[in-house]
Order: sequence, then structure tokens, then C-alpha cells
Amino acid sequence: MRHGKYPFVIGFLFAPVALYVTFVIWPYAQAFQISMTNWRGLSAPQWVGFDNYRRLLDDGAFWKAVQHHGVLLLALPLITIAIALFFSFLLNVGGKSSGGQRQGVWGAKFYRVVFFFPQVLAVAIIAVLFQMVYRPNESGLINGVLMKFGLEPILFLVKPNLALWSILAVLVWQAVGFYVVLFSAGMASIPGEIYEAAEMDGATRVTLFFRVTLPLLWDTLQVAWVYLGIAAFDAFAIVAVLSVDGGGPDGATTVLAMEIYRNAFVYSKYGYASAMGVALFFLTLTFAALTLRLTKRESVEY
Amino acid sequence: MSITPEHPAALDRRTVLRRAAAVGVLATPAIGLLGACATSGSDGDSEQVAGGTKSEKNPLGVKEDAAIEVVIFNGGYGEKYATDVHEPLYKAAFPKAEVKHQATQAVSTVLQPRFASGNPPEFVNNSGEKLMDFGALVADGQLQDLTELWDAPSVDDPSKKVRDTVVPGTIEAGSFNGKPFVLYYVSTVFGIWYSAKLFKDNGWAPAKNWDEFIALLTAIKAKGITPYGYAGANAAYYQWNVILTHAAKIGGTDVLKNIDNLEDGAWKQDAVKQAAAAWAEVGAKFSDKSFEGLKHTDVQLRQNQYKVAMYPSGDWLEGEQKKDTPAGFDYQLMPVPSLSASDKLPATALRATAGEGYFVSAKSKNPKGGLEYMRQMLSKAGAKGFTEVVKAPTVVTAGSEGFAFPPGVASSQAALKAAGQDVFNLYFDGWYKELDTEARTATNELMFGRINADAFVERIQKRADAIKKDSSVTKFKR
Repeated sequence: MRHGKYPFVIGFLFAPVALYVTFVIWPYAQAFQISMTNWRGLSAPQWVGFDNYRRLLDDGAFWKAVQHHGVLLLALPLITIAIALFFSFLLNVGGKSSGGQRQGVWGAKFYRVVFFFPQVLAVAIIAVLFQMVYRPNESGLINGVLMKFGLEPILFLVKPNLALWSILAVLVWQAVGFYVVLFSAGMASIPGEIYEAAEMDGATRVTLFFRVTLPLLWDTLQVAWVYLGIAAFDAFAIVAVLSVDGGGPDGATTVLAMEIYRNAFVYSKYGYASAMGVALFFLTLTFAALTLRLTKRESVEY
Repeated sequence: MSITPEHPAALDRRTVLRRAAAVGVLATPAIGLLGACATSGSDGDSEQVAGGTKSEKNPLGVKEDAAIEVVIFNGGYGEKYATDVHEPLYKAAFPKAEVKHQATQAVSTVLQPRFASGNPPEFVNNSGEKLMDFGALVADGQLQDLTELWDAPSVDDPSKKVRDTVVPGTIEAGSFNGKPFVLYYVSTVFGIWYSAKLFKDNGWAPAKNWDEFIALLTAIKAKGITPYGYAGANAAYYQWNVILTHAAKIGGTDVLKNIDNLEDGAWKQDAVKQAAAAWAEVGAKFSDKSFEGLKHTDVQLRQNQYKVAMYPSGDWLEGEQKKDTPAGFDYQLMPVPSLSASDKLPATALRATAGEGYFVSAKSKNPKGGLEYMRQMLSKAGAKGFTEVVKAPTVVTAGSEGFAFPPGVASSQAALKAAGQDVFNLYFDGWYKELDTEARTATNELMFGRINADAFVERIQKRADAIKKDSSVTKFKR
């Protein structure tokens, strides 16, 4: 350790840490403080202790939102990862093998670009697009076709038991492309010899996938699960733009961010909204910690 | 709007500053600066000009050569109506007075410092995204009491007071704690809109009572047109407006007053339940389930395409749909039909309100001049001029006479005239946003057949009770 190391390190760290503290840590701390007040954005906040949290306990909308996060938390990563894995397997090693190297299916390069398209679009644009797709009358993309065949239109966003799944479908549609690319990168780094060896031993594609690809991709999967889980705790933009009546019908698609937004910016209940924010903060944190702990495994060196 | 802050003291700027200063040392320099501003405000009140002699032409006793300053919000209505109509009227009445004109799109940015330094302009059009908080201005004593203006003789007919020349409800709309402080100038009428062409082609007539209405809906349905609809995705309040208007007609205007005042059981009043039940039936039999997923523009467009016959809205609808309305469509307003012969209000009764706020600064140099400016605005010539420039009706009853409104506004004005004194308004949606949200959700549940009228009033009442108990929400009364 050489003389003058600390001033050097501190000199480098000062600016980013200061920025991080000012714009990330401090607002978090403030949210905790505001959540203990009944601040409504105008006059000085009054300290109310844990009142806001007590109120959370019997706020129907809050629990509905938490419940929806539970559904999303299970379904979004599962479905997205399953589809993304399937696609990336096909794109990378699903095709014929030539010269001992496994190839993707025909046109893989083209598909790879296509799958990534949704990722390029802004979330708000996707939501508006799906308004057209889901529109409940003859001018909707899906219902237009259905009605041409004389069928009854499907009220995707209107039927309370269908609405959340319609929202989920959009989230999956949007996320798959990114994870296809992520898994592709992971698969590309798996040495070809392993596949070659497995194939010589007579492994089918299915065996290849479950016995070679999946175990060697475990780290990437774990990351994907955490990312998607955090995405499931958000979903604000899609719900806000796409759903009926802002998280409706009757709160059937609401999420915590939606309730926070409504309480803060429509009802001007900043204190209460902050309490929800704090709840969301702990939910996300718990989820990330749990996932990392539960999926811990020896990673394979190659 | 008559707003009574429960703790007016909470709005006191100094209290806020004191508390804020206690919060953080970091903020102290800025607070110090603001504090300096605020103090200079209360110390340096501008000297007010002496009154002039009262006369028939000058009932308010304005000093004839005292200048007045007019600040206009340069938004949807522009500033031309002030420079071309109202200001010349004032100049004509008081040739020796100077009228200073200023237009802005950010009212509070321009005026907050002037109020703080005790030198506010006489007359302000407080509107737009950056309007100053009326309640806070009232609590701070910045607004001139308009009682004198409303009791003054009108410009056109000295035997008539100004208060008798405007649409009923205008003064109440601008009252706080029962005292008039704000002049809301532009008239808005709510009702059910239809195409005169569609009705004429099919030989249908607007309905006055419920039997006629159901018969009309049935006839329209037989024709393969959706009889009635509103947009559930984002405009459910258009429909609760209809239900509550109906409730007021059934049980009298106190029904709405109780709701606004968060009285116990206000939503469970019989009139509300009856109205909800009646409209739930319309929703179940004569509407389209898919409308719950549509935005207001979608449904309005479908009406323009003659796919929907009747649509509830305010009289801005015609202007809003101008681009999409086919020639000869001919918007017409029908008041919400009455339910039965025992209704407290006649079939012509309707909800109307006033918008676009103006006030006179109490601490300006020449507040009498400001009041006189308002009196000129409320003259026939002032109102007519405004309507001619911006194509919108004012609250002055005689001001719209003879003006060739487009058919929709013409019909809403006619309906307003026919309603006479039976005009009412409601305020809870602006006072308690949460209650508005709940009413919207409940309305969708009701109209699209997931709950009945009892459950509808039950759930909104529950939310109203919760708000009443919530100490963090400022309560209002009218």
C-alpha cells in the first residue's frame, strides 16, 4: 500500500458517492421520514408516527395490489424465462450441426433482431400499441378478426378475471426479446466441445437442453429471475396507460406503483403514498435477497 | 366554489416558513430570503386611492382618473376579449383612467412576487395550469369581497342588481365560506347529447320523462344503433354526473348538498338509490359492454358515426368534436329525463356551472376600479363581446341573446333558459378527489352490471365516511 493511496481513492469516489447519496440515498431516507407524516404537499408536514402504516393494513386497494404482485412475481419470470430459453435454444443450438458446431435454426440471425424489437420501443408506446390490439370492438386487432368471423368480441381489459392476464401478456411480450439475447450470450459462451461430446454419447436435443444448456446457464437464469421479479414489482407504465380506469376494472389490475401515484398526485396524500413506497421497497428487497439465497448453487467452471 | 378550510391558519405563510425553518438548517438561507419578501409584503401595503363620487353612472364610487391594471391568462380564450372588448368598455366609462394590460401564461409566476411585495394588480384572471390557489388567497385576505359588486345596479338596467343578471349559481360557485370572492364567467351546461339529424331521420323525439326515455331507447335499439353509452376507460364521471343530476331532480338539490357536505348517509338517500337503479337498467339493456374499455374520444367518435345515439357530456362537447362531426350532424342537448311525476324538480332542471375565475385584489391601489371592471364585464355589451370573440357563452343571461351559436351550444343555452331557477351544481369531485375516484369505479361496476344500486350507494358511502374521518383531508362546506 503506497503512500497517498487514500487521497487518490477518495478523490475518485467523492463525486459519484456524493451524487449517489444526494439523488438516491437521500430521497429514500426522505421517503421514510415523509411516510411518518400526513404531508399533503402544501403546508408543513405533521408527524403522525405509524398511522399511515396502520391504515395500509385495511386498505383494500393496497392488498389487491400486493396480491397482483404475487401473481406477477410467479407468472412473469416463469413464462418469460421459459419462452426466452426455448427461443434462444432454437436460435443458438437448435438447428443442424455443421462441421461439429451446432447451429441455430434457419434464419436465426433474422429472428434474433425481430425478437429484440419490443425492447427498442418505449414502454408507453407498447401500452398504446396494445390498446389497439386489445380494443374491445371491431377496430381492435384481435377482436376485429374475431368479429369478422361472427364471433363475440373478447373484452380483454374489461373482464375483471381476464384483465390482469392481458396485462401480463404484454409484460411477457415486451420482456422476452431481451432475455433471448441475454440467454443467447450465455449459450454462446458454453464451449462447443461439450455439446459435441454429449452428442457423440447419443444425447437428443431435449437431453442437450436439460443436461447441458440449462445447468451451464444457471447464473444467467438467476440474474434473469431477479430482474424479472423486480419488473413484476413495477409494471406501472403498462398498467397506467393500458388498463381501464387506472388499474381497473375496480382495481382488478392495480399495482403498488399505481396506488402510490394515485395517492400522491391525485389525492395529494404524499405521506400515505410514501408509506406505500416504503412497503414496496421492503417487498422488493426481500424478494431479491430470497431469490439470491434460494437459487444459490455451485457454479460450473469451464 | 365555496371553500371553508378547516384550519385557515394552516395556510398562513409565516407559520409554514417557521415550521419549515425548523426542519432543516440547509434551507435556512433560502427561507431567510423568502421571509424578507413576506415581511416587506405586510409592511408596505400600497396606499389606496380615495373613492370618487357615487352617481348613477358610477354606482361603486370609482375615482375617475385612477389607473387600473388588468392581468389576463393567455390560454384557451386568449387575451383579445380583454383588449378588444372589456378594456375599451372601461375606458369608455372612465375616459380619464389609464388601463394597463398584461397577459401571461403563468399567472402565479408573474403575480406571486407582486402579492408578496404588497403591490398586486387590481384585476386578475386567475386560470390555467399555474393558477394561484384561490383558497390560500382567500385565507390570506388578498381577495376583494364581491358583495358590493353583486348588489350594485347593472350597467344596462339600473333598476336591476348585477346579481339578477347572471345565471343562478354563479355567485355560489365563487363563494368561500358563504362570501363571494371569485367571479366565474364562462357558462357550462351538462346534459345528454344527440344528433338532431339522426333523430329527425328516424322520427324520434327527445324524452322528457322516464317512460318516454325507455320507449326512445327501445326504438333506437330496434334500429341496430347503440342507444346510450359513455366511456368507462377514462370518463366514468360523465355518467355519475348523470346519475347525480337525476338524483337531484328526484329528491331536490339538497341531495347534492348533503353529498358535498359529507353528511352521514348522503349517498344512501333514496333519490340517489332510485337514480342509480334506473340507470343501471339503461346500462344493462341499452348500452354496449365494450364501452367500458373505450376512451371518451372513441365513444364520441362513434356517436359522430351514428353508431351511438345518446351520450352524456358538458357543452364543450361540440367544440371538442368539431373535426370529426359530419356536416348536418347538429348536436342537441336533452336534460336528464325526470323519473316520475313525484320528482321534486321539473323535467327542465339541469346541472350547470361556471368556469374561468376572475378576482379583484383587496390590497391593490384601486380595488373599486377592479369591481367596476367586473361590472362592465357583466354588462350586456361586455358579455356579448366576449362570446363573439371566444364563441363561448358567459354567465350573463342576456349576453348570449341573438348570438348565432353553433347548434349544440344554442340548444344548451335554450335548455338553460328553460330551466329558469332550477339549475344546480355539485362540488365534491373537486374537493375530495378520492370520492370522485370511488364514484367513477362504482359507476362502472353499476353500469356494466357487476353490482346493483344498493351496493353502488353502499360502497361510495363507505368511502365518504372514511374521508370524513380522515383528519389529513381538509373539509369543505357549502
